[in-house]
Amino acid sequence: MLRVQSLNTEYPNDKGGVVKAAQDVSFEVPEGKLFTLLGPSGCGKTTTLRSIAGLEKPTSGEIDLDGQVIYSSSKGVFVAPNKRNFGMVFQSYAIWPHMNVYQNTVFPLEVGKKKISKTDMRDRVMRVLNAVALDHLADREATKLSGGQQQRLALARALVMEPRLLLLDEPLSNLDAKLRERMRFELKRLQRELKLTTIYVTHDQSEALALSHEIAVMNEGRVVQIGAPRDIYERPKNKFVADFVGTTNFIDAKVLDVDAGGGQCKVSTRIGDMTVACESGTSRNDMILVSVRPEDVELSDAPLSPDTEYNVCSGMVDAKVFLGEYLDFQVKVGDTMVLAKGHPSLRTPVGDPIHMRMKTDKCIAIPADGRA
Amino acid sequence: MAEAVGRYYSQQDDEKPTGFRLDPKWIIIGVCVVTVAWLALVPLVFLVWQSFLTPQTASVAAQYTLENYRTAYLSAETARLLFTSVRYALGTAVFALALGTFLAWMNERTNTPFKSLFFALALIPLVIPGILFVVAWIMLASPKIGLLNLIVHRWLGFDFVPFNVYSLSGMIWVDGLHYSPMAFLLLTAAFRSMDPSLEESAMMSGASVWQIAYRITLRLAWPAMVASFLILFVRAIESFEVPALLGLPVGIEVYTSSIYLAINQYPSKIGLASSYAVTLLLITSAGIYFQSILSGHSNRYTTVTGKGFRPRQLDLGKWRYATAAFFIVYFMLVVLLPFLVLLWSSLQKYYSVPTLAALQHLTLDPYRHIMSYPAFLTSVKNSLFLSVGTATLVMLVTSVIAWIVVKTKIPGRWMLDSLTSLPLVFPGLVLGLSIMVFYLNVPIGIYGTIWIMFIAYVTRFMPYGLRYNLTSMMQIHKELEESAAMSGASWSLTFRRIILPLLKPGLLAGWIYIMIVSIRELSSSILLYSPGSEVVSIMIWELWQNGQYVELSALGVMLITFLFFVVMLAQYVGKKFGVADA
Repeated sequence: MLRVQSLNTEYPNDKGGVVKAAQDVSFEVPEGKLFTLLGPSGCGKTTTLRSIAGLEKPTSGEIDLDGQVIYSSSKGVFVAPNKRNFGMVFQSYAIWPHMNVYQNTVFPLEVGKKKISKTDMRDRVMRVLNAVALDHLADREATKLSGGQQQRLALARALVMEPRLLLLDEPLSNLDAKLRERMRFELKRLQRELKLTTIYVTHDQSEALALSHEIAVMNEGRVVQIGAPRDIYERPKNKFVADFVGTTNFIDAKVLDVDAGGGQCKVSTRIGDMTVACESGTSRNDMILVSVRPEDVELSDAPLSPDTEYNVCSGMVDAKVFLGEYLDFQVKVGDTMVLAKGHPSLRTPVGDPIHMRMKTDKCIAIPADGRA
Repeated sequence: MAEAVGRYYSQQDDEKPTGFRLDPKWIIIGVCVVTVAWLALVPLVFLVWQSFLTPQTASVAAQYTLENYRTAYLSAETARLLFTSVRYALGTAVFALALGTFLAWMNERTNTPFKSLFFALALIPLVIPGILFVVAWIMLASPKIGLLNLIVHRWLGFDFVPFNVYSLSGMIWVDGLHYSPMAFLLLTAAFRSMDPSLEESAMMSGASVWQIAYRITLRLAWPAMVASFLILFVRAIESFEVPALLGLPVGIEVYTSSIYLAINQYPSKIGLASSYAVTLLLITSAGIYFQSILSGHSNRYTTVTGKGFRPRQLDLGKWRYATAAFFIVYFMLVVLLPFLVLLWSSLQKYYSVPTLAALQHLTLDPYRHIMSYPAFLTSVKNSLFLSVGTATLVMLVTSVIAWIVVKTKIPGRWMLDSLTSLPLVFPGLVLGLSIMVFYLNVPIGIYGTIWIMFIAYVTRFMPYGLRYNLTSMMQIHKELEESAAMSGASWSLTFRRIILPLLKPGLLAGWIYIMIVSIRELSSSILLYSPGSEVVSIMIWELWQNGQYVELSALGVMLITFLFFVVMLAQYVGKKFGVADA
């Protein structure tokens, strides 16, 4: 179990100021789980990862792994990165161009403290090369590998030392789209098989959703929400998370009534009164935002009758885009624009009226700006 | 309408084959190409030709002979000359490279304290002219008057002579120190372009600082080190000041000093000097050739990839004080001690070693003396004229050459590149020799004037100008020019209004560099000057020959101070330009 507590990392910028790259970052990663740091570039996710690696020296906080403190500002502990036994895959892969595949992979064993016999080294390297399907290329120059092969070599090199923790810094971002998707499954399979505690850094939300046991969404150096992929997607806690992870509609709303038991409240919006899912602590007359994912907006030609489970409203088709698997609709309700995904069979022309319904538990109340 | 447009175009097309007007574009290009070809090829051809001739005297005309090569290659001296030259150059290159590599690694890759200061300081030696550096080291480490020796003698009471610059190892020491800043710059560039995550991943693999330095950093820098070694080797084998001042007095001869001796005896053996020069040319050509091959093959090691993250520096622990101390000692040896000893001697009536008694007799007389020499004003004027003129002409001509090489599809343009770079293989002394020989034989009235030196300087520094211009030319997108053409600008207007302004930062940097090296130039000038056309470096040389050490020091101190301020000014202007252009 990896525990990161109130971690702060800062570094001087070019102009002599201080960049607060990670602020008060705390999370826990249970043994064998894959934990993702997700956020836009400059949000501090890579700095956090490098602080765990020891490549960046934090200014305060504490990091421990399975009870062993590897960094603590209060206890004055800082274990050097080459003593931590963490495997790391860099975004650029950092494959050493002057060595071949085998030499790259065996390096961590050669420089390690433990003395290993040559034959053992060979066995271990070939086993891990086998696992990433590079065993037939062991003697190839590292620079002659394709992008995907380099990525797997970087992974093999990180795995060969049997690390206590695996750190992956945007490992798929340099691959083309098709390859990225294949490697995503590959990576997931490998991690699940080896049951290796893993921290994964990415700015790609679909990658994060596909791979992780748990995700921490970061923004401006802080963790804004931690949760399972489904939670993050379906129950975003604030506007940033809802906006960054997937596409969504934001509708300004005012709370009319709070339902005591079911975590629901009635709100008034410019597209009509709605029943939405809300956090405890919401009270009457609060100004909030309602977030509804486009795929949760059901469209219909025929008028829909109100229902306790659904919010219903009507509008006019403003624009639509045919994308093969589905249609993107822009529906105008009064002067509010609502995005919706429609089945390709829906043929309502632009300018015609259209009717929508949204499941009440898919309409999420989140704090309006300034209360994040 | 469409018809009218069509007619307009067809008219244009018709015009081309019939009415060929001499476009100013072709005049400018033609002049530049001819200039470059003339400068680069003529001396080479003449040098080779001359090496097959007997000396011409008033009574006997020159005859074809192989005697020069026989003397140059078959005498017993030859093997020794070659052996000494190569040993000297190898030693210098290895020493400078080791020093430069370590300093560059320390500065770019470790957490040694005060690094940014070190980088600025490490560039200062570049402004110290070679001859002054050698003279200063004679004052520091000659067996008789060397300060360092005297310290060991008097203060520590030993009665042996620990340092002797008048020896092969002394020569290697002085020249190696002098070239180490160059090695430092070359290796700094190599370390900077290296992806830091290559080292970080070794760190995460559990490697120690020294394992990383040895197994990753050094291996990755290897091609750059070999290329730098070749450059340094060529520089060392063609260097003149150290062999002339330190080697000749004790009979250690290398190619450059042998060429100088052959010419400076009576009657001068120009043929013999030429055959030595041809040999030297072959060695430097081989060095430059291998170096260019190596740069061409370095793609395999192109290591800049991925995102730019602030490189993490290796934590040296308590070793970082050792590296800082190393730099301080280095700086003292390369800048502080040489400059201080010159400064000291420039404040004395007669040269004497620093003592309390001598401290009483500080005087500004040497400065007064040197400035009252009639040759002083002449040589300062000549140096300024030559440096400014050379820098300006070289940068302008090579900007056109760079444009042809980078932006056009003219067949054979690579030849123009090689032609302009050809003078790189000429040691200064050899270039001086061949230009001297040519204009002695082709009397167009410039022999013995300042113009012959101008030609030598332009030829010698042309390759540097081309490098500066090529680098910045490659960064100018073709479309910038094309849009100027579409706006209706002619080629010369485009060149003047679009290309030159965009090249400005590179032009300025190259201009300043060439100006500085022109002022320092000695080895070509030494065969070409005559009374009235002395330059400052020649004046220093003559003062040394006459034993006027205090005046020499005064002139040296003024020259170093001047060059230092030029560089400071250049950096200041460069920063302002950089900001304005960005």
